[in-house]
Amino acid sequence: MQIEMTTATSPTLPRAGGRGSRLGLRLPAMLARFPRHGRACPGHPQENVRGVDARNKRGHDVRYVLRIIVSVLICAIFFAPPAHAYKAYVSNEKGNSITIIDTDKLEAIATVRVGRRPRGIALNKDGSELYICAGDDDAIQVLDTKTLKVTGKLPSGPDPELLALSPNGNIIYVSNENDNLVTLIDVKKKEMIGDIPVGVEPEGMAVSPDGKLLVNTSETTNMAHLIDTQSKEIVANILVDGRPRFAEFKNDGSELWVSSEVGGTVAIIDPVKRELKQKIGFDIPAMSKEAIQPIGISITRDGKRAFVALGPANRVAVIDAETKKIEKYLLVGQRVWHLAFTPDEKYLLTANGVSNDVSVIDVASLKVLKSIPVGAFPWGVVVAPQ
Amino acid sequence: MKSLVAAFCLSLIAASVAAETLNLKVGVLRETHSRETLSILDIPAADDTLAGVLLGVADNNTTGKFTNQSFEAIDARLDEGDDVVAALDRLIDKGALLVIADLSPERLLAASERAGPKGALLFNVSATDDRLREEDCRANVIHVSPTRSMLADGLAQYLVWKQWRRWLLFKGSHPKDELLAQALRNSAKKFGAKIVEERVYEDTGGGRRSDSGSVQTQRQIPALTQNAPAYDALIAADESEVFANYLPYRSWDPRPVAGSAGLMPTNWDPAHEQWGALQLQNRFIQTFRRLMNARDNAAWLAMRMIGEAATRTASSDPEKLRLYMIGKEFSIAAFKGVRLTLRPWNLQLRQPILLSDGRMVVSVSPQEGFLHQVSELDTLGLDQPETKCRLK
Repeated sequence: MQIEMTTATSPTLPRAGGRGSRLGLRLPAMLARFPRHGRACPGHPQENVRGVDARNKRGHDVRYVLRIIVSVLICAIFFAPPAHAYKAYVSNEKGNSITIIDTDKLEAIATVRVGRRPRGIALNKDGSELYICAGDDDAIQVLDTKTLKVTGKLPSGPDPELLALSPNGNIIYVSNENDNLVTLIDVKKKEMIGDIPVGVEPEGMAVSPDGKLLVNTSETTNMAHLIDTQSKEIVANILVDGRPRFAEFKNDGSELWVSSEVGGTVAIIDPVKRELKQKIGFDIPAMSKEAIQPIGISITRDGKRAFVALGPANRVAVIDAETKKIEKYLLVGQRVWHLAFTPDEKYLLTANGVSNDVSVIDVASLKVLKSIPVGAFPWGVVVAPQ
Repeated sequence: MKSLVAAFCLSLIAASVAAETLNLKVGVLRETHSRETLSILDIPAADDTLAGVLLGVADNNTTGKFTNQSFEAIDARLDEGDDVVAALDRLIDKGALLVIADLSPERLLAASERAGPKGALLFNVSATDDRLREEDCRANVIHVSPTRSMLADGLAQYLVWKQWRRWLLFKGSHPKDELLAQALRNSAKKFGAKIVEERVYEDTGGGRRSDSGSVQTQRQIPALTQNAPAYDALIAADESEVFANYLPYRSWDPRPVAGSAGLMPTNWDPAHEQWGALQLQNRFIQTFRRLMNARDNAAWLAMRMIGEAATRTASSDPEKLRLYMIGKEFSIAAFKGVRLTLRPWNLQLRQPILLSDGRMVVSVSPQEGFLHQVSELDTLGLDQPETKCRLK
């Protein structure tokens, strides 16, 4: 669809951040600057290296250069161990497949065919199983991450879209859009153990780090429903902006972030007081308000920085998660859906629906390093924590 | 259908037991639409428009459980010759100050005049007449349905994007066909297309059904489209359903057809599935056992706008709801990929226009590259600088 649009003779504007520009121009430039893993060693930012060049040209203080080289070497040994070869799993909504990415090589290493219209995905605690919402098969499939074979399925209502695991990994909470229900599944017994009526078109799901609070967002009701996981009762309904799609807790449980795709904002909710604290809006020069559609949210473990995918704005917003100020917009692929950190938080991966690729963001330098081609219409992304 | 109404009554009773539940009654004032359609697929169902309202009521009531609000629809169907003012009075007597209107322009204006002193608010879900948003605009009528100029612009942007700039315009002989033709002429001028020739298809009366219809049509349409100057697309302006659907595959020159047949601009199509629309289509089909048409969708959306405004303002007062809807805070999600808002100068809902071939949604306008200083959605239809509307 988009391919035709960019090739036909038409009054379309050139798309900023098209694949050509990212792959063809920026990647070699980035690789040249960051020899291997693309992240400057802590304490030795790029400015120092450029400073070295300047001193060298002026022809004095060679010892300084040597000291720098030695310290860089030490730094390389002690502070920059080789990146762990984590595995990232990307659901391809139209490809009916899961692409597996090696986060060391930053390339796709396998593609597995799964059920129809895979979107929401989640790993179990030890990373041995991947749960896949195959919406058009009305099923949650279980993929063995060692053999890469679908070993079975979990019961779900019709058209499951997103799911969340309890912190102990025993219960899966699934949003079933067609029934206005959140369904609870016992992972071991593979049984439905209850459901909770919520608003119209339940979508986003998140569990608080202590496992006590479940949040579900309903896209047409425009609420975040806070649910007590013990009593399975709704304890608060918080109105947010239009079409809330995703929910994410801070690691310390102090804040709940909810993105509103059509409203164009992110709501920050106090889960203890159960009230809305503030809303974050986005403003990108020369981009219409309607194109800014927040979806996926990832917050660093220390709670200091958040990343929000902005859908057809083709950007990821970088937010100071303490002051809530927007630091930067990073250009990624087209219609960016969901995000996932590598467990060491070195990289953030973004699933870009329309451009059929995954952008790799270097978290420390806030640079987009690379685009990795995946299947058709990538939607969800998770990284194995091992 | 009956069970649904019963269910709503029950839910209403259940809701009224709970303390402080705010009940919103919404009237549905709807005309009977012509069954004289060229394709039998387009013959309106008995619950045309109403079904959309009822789905909106169900959606709003699910939300209402959490906000202590309940919604109820009261249906008022008008046959030809029925008095719209009397029907509106009956709705208002039953407590429905919010009224979803599927009416002709004349009846809509009569209803608006009556609604004024009673403090009622109307939602136009079918009339596409630009004059209702321009010289005949009213402060108590919110337009959920797009205008002819929005529909024509949505189509024109795509045709220009395709470089199909030379149009042969074929219009019907009724006044509303001329209104659509005029909208298409304006769009051609606005976006740089050229109408190479205009032809008129005279409606000589008669029905649409016959057991050997295709034989004559197959001989007639090539002759009627013969000897045209070079053109890229055959554009039909036939709101009266007299000939447009006869054009595809039958024209003298092999050319795509657009407008009232072929590639058709619309606010909704039962084949639309993007941006979560499939969920709405599924809900509609499961409940009503038929497909959702453009009127049903506009009616559902009007009900959702009422629900959204009621949720945010915690009020059922038509004036409070109206002020909220025309304010900066308001936006509504309608499975069109962007938020929809009201043009404050004439109360027209901004919205993308779907281009459907009857089987699939081919494209959605505004097309990329058509820019606007306020909202790209305002590249569709008459814009603020050219408006003749002075809201009273």
